[in-house]
Amino acid sequence: MAAASAVALKNVARRFVTPSGDVLSALEGFDLTVAPGEFCAIVGPTGCGKSTTLGLVSGLAQPQGGTVTLFDAPVTGVDRRVGFVFQQDAVFPWRDVLGNVMAGPLFRGVPRAKAEAEARDWIARVGLTGFEQHHPHQLSGGMRKRVALAQTFINKPEVLLMDEPFSALDVQTRELMQEELLSLWAQSGAAVLFVTHDLDEAILLADRVAVLTTRPARVKSVHTIDLPRPRNIATLRYDERFVAIARRLSDDLRDEVLRARREATA
Amino acid sequence: MTDATAPLATEGRIESLAERQRRRWRIVVALRIIVFVLLVGGWELGVRAGWLDSFFFGQPSAIVDKLIDWIHNGTAIGPLWKQVWVTIYEAGAGFLIGAALGVLFGITLGRNQLLSDVFSIYIKIANSIPRIVMGSIFIVALGLGSPSKIALAVVMVFFVVFGNAFQGVREADKNLIANARILGASNWQVTRAVILPSALSWILASLHVSFGFALIGAIVGEFLGAREGMGLLIASAQGSFDSNGVFAAMIVIAVVALCAEWILTTIEKRLLTWRPEVSSAGE
Repeated sequence: MAAASAVALKNVARRFVTPSGDVLSALEGFDLTVAPGEFCAIVGPTGCGKSTTLGLVSGLAQPQGGTVTLFDAPVTGVDRRVGFVFQQDAVFPWRDVLGNVMAGPLFRGVPRAKAEAEARDWIARVGLTGFEQHHPHQLSGGMRKRVALAQTFINKPEVLLMDEPFSALDVQTRELMQEELLSLWAQSGAAVLFVTHDLDEAILLADRVAVLTTRPARVKSVHTIDLPRPRNIATLRYDERFVAIARRLSDDLRDEVLRARREATA
Repeated sequence: MTDATAPLATEGRIESLAERQRRRWRIVVALRIIVFVLLVGGWELGVRAGWLDSFFFGQPSAIVDKLIDWIHNGTAIGPLWKQVWVTIYEAGAGFLIGAALGVLFGITLGRNQLLSDVFSIYIKIANSIPRIVMGSIFIVALGLGSPSKIALAVVMVFFVVFGNAFQGVREADKNLIANARILGASNWQVTRAVILPSALSWILASLHVSFGFALIGAIVGEFLGAREGMGLLIASAQGSFDSNGVFAAMIVIAVVALCAEWILTTIEKRLLTWRPEVSSAGE
């Protein structure tokens, strides 16, 4: 039986207690569904709780209200079907590229020889052949991100969570990495939940874009991006369909950003 | 290689920069030697001229004679190498046991909030006791042999390493821990694959300081009561008002400490190859 949704958040609330004892609400009444194999992006004003949603889906954090499900089963902890690419470098600095990429399979009990063969295959797929023995500090930011992608995809995730993974990269590298991600994703068939503050990036990559409100975050609106695939990141930017969608979303998002600014200065 | 890069003028400047650095280094070495000669020469001269009393302050040439005498004829309490070996053995054993216990407790308490909340107060109390005083208890309890000195060295080393290991665990990058857990690591695998390596640079830093502490523990222990060792050698030199003997023993101990330091630095470099080269001035 195929599950109706890969990820579903229903009426989810996530609250924090600040050091001064106040309760801070990051998410309140949050609803979002991602279908299997779908690429869904989340955009919203800075600090609105975009990353919080990923923490809940990954099982690293628990909601205070509502339900979070993976393939219709509630999330009870870290799930083997989930992959997570972090905003900051999260590759292990004391392991070389090979050691980093084979970390996942080794943690999961795959025999060393098999894990190493798989890792070499993935290193080749992300274009890092020849860098197996390099340590992360010897690589560029883009190459470290490739290591992170290989490290995540080697576990064959069915749900891929990405928290502004390319925000620290320069524009050219980011474009390359976006292309790379789309081709890896197309082969994997995973459902993706991609958090970003970059509206263009969201539109270029996703099937659907969810715009969040200011804190406490809810889904303000969901836009379907009906740009054909496979997409060419470099040229799609100048396509008039892209421009039309971007204008529509940008108006939607600007309202929220302005509201956030008013509340911050008030 | 393209011939368009690196014009000759730049190359010349780089060469002169390297030359300047080399020259500066030679000046530093020369100044170091001059400082040494001035200090030791002044001391020797001061004694010969009668400004300093050699009975209290010793005399460099006499210290060297003493060392040669010890090496050839042995000390008042037995051959020199035996005393050195006993002290190295006690300090080394105490260092290894203390460091192992410190790492073990530091990581366990660092990983477990409840344990750390319960035990932190006792560790604070124990840490505030002047640990040297424990030497007297150990000698009463464990006798004049090596075990009492090793115990004192263990106590000296434990708290330093424990504190650093604990801190190292707490400073481990939350992102790396989250990443390891998502990739499928169990609690034990997180400890081994993330916590230990990231605490390692903290632990290694503490080992540098704590070998010195282990040496102090062993020597003070011997001072308080022993049958052999460098501490006893100093105590017996002190008992016979032989200040040259005290200085000579100090030099031997300094050599031991410097050797240990060198070994630890070598191990550290081997273990931390993954870290980016830190460009350090001078040495």
